[in-house]
Amino acid sequence: MPDLPMGKATRVAYGEALVELGRTDPAVVVLDADLSKSTQSHMFAKHFPERFFNIGIAEANMAAIAAGMALAGKKPFASSFASFLICKAFDQMRVNVAYPEVPVVFAGSHGGISVGEDGPSQMAIEDLALGLALPNFTVTVPVDEVAARQFVHQLAHRMVPCYMRLCRPATSVIYDKGRTLDLRRAEIVRPGRHISLIACGLMVAKALAAAAELAKEGLEAEVMDLHTLRPLDEETLFRSLSKTRAGLVCEEHLPSGLSSIVALWSVAHCPVALDFVHLSGYAESAPPDALLAKYGLTVEAIYKKAKAVMLKKDQRCMGF
Amino acid sequence: MKNLAIEARRWILKSITAAGSGHPGGSLSLVEILLAFYGGVLKHDPSNPKDPNRDRLILSKGHGAPALYAVLGLHGYYPVEEVMTLRKMGSRFQGHPDIRFFPLAEASTGSLGQGLSLGIGMAIAARLDGRPHHTYVILGDGECQEGQIWESAMYAGFHKIANLTAVVDINGFQLDDATKKILDLEPWEAKFAAFGWRTYDCDGHDTAAVTRALLAARDDGAPSVVLARTAKGKGVSLTENNNEYHGKALTPSQLEEALMELEAAHA
Repeated sequence: MPDLPMGKATRVAYGEALVELGRTDPAVVVLDADLSKSTQSHMFAKHFPERFFNIGIAEANMAAIAAGMALAGKKPFASSFASFLICKAFDQMRVNVAYPEVPVVFAGSHGGISVGEDGPSQMAIEDLALGLALPNFTVTVPVDEVAARQFVHQLAHRMVPCYMRLCRPATSVIYDKGRTLDLRRAEIVRPGRHISLIACGLMVAKALAAAAELAKEGLEAEVMDLHTLRPLDEETLFRSLSKTRAGLVCEEHLPSGLSSIVALWSVAHCPVALDFVHLSGYAESAPPDALLAKYGLTVEAIYKKAKAVMLKKDQRCMGF
Repeated sequence: MKNLAIEARRWILKSITAAGSGHPGGSLSLVEILLAFYGGVLKHDPSNPKDPNRDRLILSKGHGAPALYAVLGLHGYYPVEEVMTLRKMGSRFQGHPDIRFFPLAEASTGSLGQGLSLGIGMAIAARLDGRPHHTYVILGDGECQEGQIWESAMYAGFHKIANLTAVVDINGFQLDDATKKILDLEPWEAKFAAFGWRTYDCDGHDTAAVTRALLAARDDGAPSVVLARTAKGKGVSLTENNNEYHGKALTPSQLEEALMELEAAHA
């Protein structure tokens, strides 16, 4: 399969999109908790210092300050590492943002184990589950720079409580620059009829590679970028799964993220053969690609499981 | 003013007993602080409560909600009798302030430690918009054991957020016991001063004294904290400095006695 071109990390696209927003929308304010050089919110700080607030290493304080700004009519975007942001400020997200429906966008960079050498304390593998645990929260994982940029703009246009996962490494380019995406609409990035490979984040590129392998055997896998876990695009899910009757969900996260959301939905609305490729625990320090291989997030794992799911399609009881 | 304080205490106790639950102690200690705010300190108009230039007041110690509800009722925001629906299904008077039901509250609170950060956000937004209003946050003394209070105090002090004032209702108790026994917060002045705040000490049951402190704090060019020394359960002999009534409603017969005691003080 031809390698996809590499683009910018989604966190870089986030920083650039904030600068664009800063130029057009005076209500946008940006907060960070001393990681702006990593989350890339420093780009906004450089252009709009009067609307940038480095709160210091105090995530709970940052989340609630952002909520206070939103209550006063501002459009706050607050960023830190995903692991620190959502774990340390979870109560503030719950009581100051989710429950009173105060529109703040939280951007957690360095999601997943592709953080690499920094190790498990810096790797968020629970962040999507925590975001999903909060009613009223939009939870989204832009797959590449094109998606990240457009989602930031869409959120600023229509502010809602939101958790957006961003990633550290450069990512494969999935979408052409001219492509129009919708935060609330999943994308079919490769059509097929035998199985639906439902992925988010860097697993989309791996699912595409696996689909290319399957195609050599005449198996047509449909690949879906289900970037937004809530609100769930049920229409696209239904169209795909009712056609293929088999799904493999792929995420760089514990199974409490995209896997759970799709399984729950499928059981209730479109029961099909399903399986999952996800993390099962904490990783370690190593280069990102070595970690993805060791912890099972590979093209090969997707390829093998996809074939197994297709075989099991018509069996009522799957076994284990 | 004294009569208004007695009226507020009557409604606080009546509404909590009617609800069958609530926090009498930390509501009764708050009365004169709230009367100072709504009796003149706060630039706030009952006929235009969402004026963008209004002063903001956040009740960070959200369990003091019955006091806020009673005092706003007594200042013409709604008929005060309505507070008798406290904690009932569909009532705007939720157990803790909830802006979905009660937008006058400015922020939903109830998880301690968060209000000062919310206030900083509002104060910064006011500065960005060039608005002259002031943001106030009422904290409990036990609440200041939360780490977030000191994160926010550090931020406001360092950045000299002058359009922000905190009031601490220092009633000396928290749920389990006296704050002095659980985790003492003294010396208050030195702690806040070390974080860059100006401090004002006052008798939290002397409305005029609280008013003076709040007015001085408003225009002093620094983030300020009014350390209001109060008594938990103030005004009724059963509840005053009796921590049993931190979070327990008076029974109907206890309420009757308490109301008679307040009636006698009224005369």
